Amino acid sequence: MRRVYLDHAATTPVRPEVLDAMVPFFTEKFGNASSIHSFGREARTAVDESRDVVARALGADPAEIIFTSGGTESDNTAIKGVALANRKKGNHIITSAVEHHAVMDSCKSLEQLGFEITFVPVDGTGMVSPDDVRSAMRPDTILISIMHANNEVGTIQPIEEIAKVAREAGVYFHTDAVQSVGNLPVNVEQLGVDLLSLSGHKLYGPKGIGMLYVRKGVKISPYMHGGGQERGRRAGTENVAGIVGLAKAIELAVEEQGEYARRLARLRDMLIRGVMDRIPDVVLTGHPERRLPGNASFCFKFVEGESILLNLDLQGIAGSSGSACTSGSLEPSHVLLAMGLPHEVAHGSLRLTLGRDNTEEDVQYVLDTLPGIIERLRAMSPFGR
Amino acid sequence: MYSQKVMDHFTNPRNVGDIPDADGVGTVGNPICGDVMKLAIKVRGGRIVDAKFKTFGCGAAIATSSMVTEMVKGKTIEEALKISNKAVAEALDGLPANKLHCSNLAADALHKAIEDYRQRKQAESA
Ligand SMILES: Cc1ncc(COP(=O)(O)O)c(C=O)c1O
Ligand code: FES
Repeated sequence: MRRVYLDHAATTPVRPEVLDAMVPFFTEKFGNASSIHSFGREARTAVDESRDVVARALGADPAEIIFTSGGTESDNTAIKGVALANRKKGNHIITSAVEHHAVMDSCKSLEQLGFEITFVPVDGTGMVSPDDVRSAMRPDTILISIMHANNEVGTIQPIEEIAKVAREAGVYFHTDAVQSVGNLPVNVEQLGVDLLSLSGHKLYGPKGIGMLYVRKGVKISPYMHGGGQERGRRAGTENVAGIVGLAKAIELAVEEQGEYARRLARLRDMLIRGVMDRIPDVVLTGHPERRLPGNASFCFKFVEGESILLNLDLQGIAGSSGSACTSGSLEPSHVLLAMGLPHEVAHGSLRLTLGRDNTEEDVQYVLDTLPGIIERLRAMSPFGR
Repeated sequence: MYSQKVMDHFTNPRNVGDIPDADGVGTVGNPICGDVMKLAIKVRGGRIVDAKFKTFGCGAAIATSSMVTEMVKGKTIEEALKISNKAVAEALDGLPANKLHCSNLAADALHKAIEDYRQRKQAESA
């Protein structure tokens, strides 16, 4: 059976070039980067070179790069680290209603410590308005955290404008760029951000490695305490192979970004148009234009997402859904609800996210398969037509 | 995550549809995740001779709906009333823990359909 992976927003395969770069650091170059001897120096050199590569790719200074265990840790560190280090200045944080749980739940955990959080709303396309961020601003605001691109619906936020709002007020600005690096141009100077999170496994690098950019001068407390690695900002023996892999993945992703995004956008548009043409009662979720090049997400009325996913999987197609039945909490996706979709429409959510290996034939296969699945499920639905 | 039986009933659901001249219909919504199931029965001489369902829900909800319609056919009203959500789940070789609530939907819809049938009969004889 044909197998079509359309869940690249969940994770991506490691590129062969990335794996090749990593392998020696599991075996002959296994040293601890903190050791004095030649084994250690070998590892240290690799970490330093990787930091240079990552910094260059993002327009940052190497001293501004902290390696972490992934996007979740980067988000936690950025939010809790800034909050705790700047408590004397204030205890108010602004974020959006559509953030990844790593940001949202970090903010909520701070509420328990007495911080106040404003969740700015989004419009029907999932966009945050810079004006809403400005109106949410208070004298005691210390941090704004708004994601660059949404993982569920792919909407790209007006980061540059929000960064201006933050800068005018002298408030730190963090963005979760986990979904955008490789898909969109990401340069910390152009975006105007003070902190930026990134994860390896979303850009054809390994899982369990990520990075947090922290602009020089930003006051931040470490999240991990211990051996003083990463200049005291993130303790723990460096994941050398992971760091090398991350650097290679970012280097390639940034180098190829324009071409990659163009190719994906073409497939995405073919997929979106095909689905909208062939299937009635479907809503495109997210922004019609300002969306990630690989993101095609929909809600099909009168059917439920998990049953769509199971049927697609039986045909070899891998997707995901924000429906209540697919979530551990049995709540529909907070992103879809924040966009104003009714509960029962959010129920029919399907997210297909394209990547490097997808072809036109893959898209055609989905377009040949999906309409029958939706029709069959609708025939089974008490609301069906 | 799902047993083979669940997948079998999910991919080839039995008894999907409506019964135009049904003797009892039960519609229930799942308060936990918002799914809806509708179950219709046909009764002859105190026995359920036909059952059909329509479900807006997850794989487990569809499979339990299908299974419950199979289980009730040929049963007397009294026997059918004894079918519990647990029995439906067991007949499917079990459900994942976070999907057990979906089997309530099927059993509840059945009980509601029987209640509807009884009320209609009472109304007739009154
Ligand atoms: C927007 C966003 N932020 C953060 C994360 C978490 O990253 P990681 O899986 O590396 O912890 C993800 C991935 O699920 C994501 O999509
Ligand atoms: S019906 Fe929603 S989880 Fe099963």
